Amino acid sequence: MSLLSPLAALGRTTQAALAAIGRLALFGAEAVSHMFRPPFYPREFLLALMQVGWFSLPVVGMTALFTGGALALQIYAGGARFSAEAVVPSITAIGMVRELGPVLGGLMVAARVASSIAAEMGTMKVTEQLDALVTLSTHPMKYLTVPRVLAATLAVPVLVATGDSIGILGGYLVGVNRLGFNPATYLTNTTQYLEVFDVISGLIKGAVFGFIIAICGCFYGMNSARGAQGVGRATKSAVVAASVLILASNYILTEVFFSA
Amino acid sequence: MIELRGVHKAFGKNRVLAGVDLTVGRGQSMVIIGGSGSGKSVLLKCILGLVQPDAGTIRVDGKPATTGGAGREAFLDRFGMLFQGGALFDSLPVWHNVAFRLLRGAKKRPVAEARAVAIEKLRRVGLKPEVADLYPAELSGGMQKRVGLARAIAADPEIIFFDEPTTGLDPIMAGVINSLIREIVTEMGATAMTITHDMTSVRAIADRVGMLHGGIIRWEGPITELDATSDPYVSQFIHGRAEGPIESVR
Repeated sequence: MSLLSPLAALGRTTQAALAAIGRLALFGAEAVSHMFRPPFYPREFLLALMQVGWFSLPVVGMTALFTGGALALQIYAGGARFSAEAVVPSITAIGMVRELGPVLGGLMVAARVASSIAAEMGTMKVTEQLDALVTLSTHPMKYLTVPRVLAATLAVPVLVATGDSIGILGGYLVGVNRLGFNPATYLTNTTQYLEVFDVISGLIKGAVFGFIIAICGCFYGMNSARGAQGVGRATKSAVVAASVLILASNYILTEVFFSA
Repeated sequence: MIELRGVHKAFGKNRVLAGVDLTVGRGQSMVIIGGSGSGKSVLLKCILGLVQPDAGTIRVDGKPATTGGAGREAFLDRFGMLFQGGALFDSLPVWHNVAFRLLRGAKKRPVAEARAVAIEKLRRVGLKPEVADLYPAELSGGMQKRVGLARAIAADPEIIFFDEPTTGLDPIMAGVINSLIREIVTEMGATAMTITHDMTSVRAIADRVGMLHGGIIRWEGPITELDATSDPYVSQFIHGRAEGPIESVR
């Protein structure tokens, strides 16, 4: 009996995780189905766009700047072992655009936005504001979820593109000022090996991550348990779920885009 | 007219409603009394479709209460509700809260007109126009309740629900809210359903009273007969006695 109990606990945890993924997927499908049916709430969409996009710019920009700089240093140090220092500009650009820009940008937005959405909706749930919306003939899914999901799906790729550019700038600043690269050569090497699909793949990843972030925030917020503890737990779950799903979907998308 | 027949609702093993039968006539003010946790709020939420009953029927004017589909919005358009904590939207100014229904959906009006209606409804509940541009967090509990009341009546609904309208208010403000509810229900000719355990509210608001206990309506009758009833549950409740058939520790 005692030998089996760890297995049983593992089974229960796995089952609960799978059930949560299933509920999240159904919630996402429902949100998508509401996107194409009126009424639409453009004001809520624009407000969400500001919240997700504009106000996330500083954190995404700072993350990208330092990551680009650190990446250039690492590639230089690693490349020096086999006399390949010259690859710093191109690998920094490819690394930022394909992988680090979308993933780190997505994780930073997940921390900032999924938590904020979950806390806001969780508070609305426990203070009966969601019920009040329904009694005012307004569907919470249409009024709250759809604008946020749409805004995040559109805004995160733009944030990723901005982050990519700032990250490459970070690499350039370190490359030129710290590692002694010629500025013109650095810029030429940056663009020489970078392909359009590298950029597009990163933007698609950004859109998927944005969708995941908003869905997780809304799902856990709307299903928050009562009280401050319930809202706290919903917020934590939203960030954890969004982060794990971003990393998992990043692997799947990378396999789809770049596996030979 | 609102008719409930054999309405059951359980949350896990906790049987909250165990066969509620109740009729609320058109234009009547029905007050449901009962202890904390007796299922009063669940009853209101079942009628509105916010909670799905496990069994039983709920009809409004002879038609089944719509819980989904195309008729849902039209069904809800007939209702106004004052929530226990106000449930005002923090992110919107007061006048947006009051005119929420008039700014979107089937009852949409031009913004200036919706704002004018909101200010008029605020005046009706005793609030000045300056309050219109404040946010809910800037208001006292009593003012929030009044704004909630203004929102409940903003679209002139046929049926209004009041969930614990005086909870958390001082006796004077509670009296003001009770008087407002009575006046508004009378002048609008609306059907009202109030849930409360405040006996002062019951006497101020009710035409008829129903007592919910043990998941069923134990007693129902006109307010004039409330004090004379021999039902031991009602008697214990309205006199606030610790001894009686209702367990004081729940």
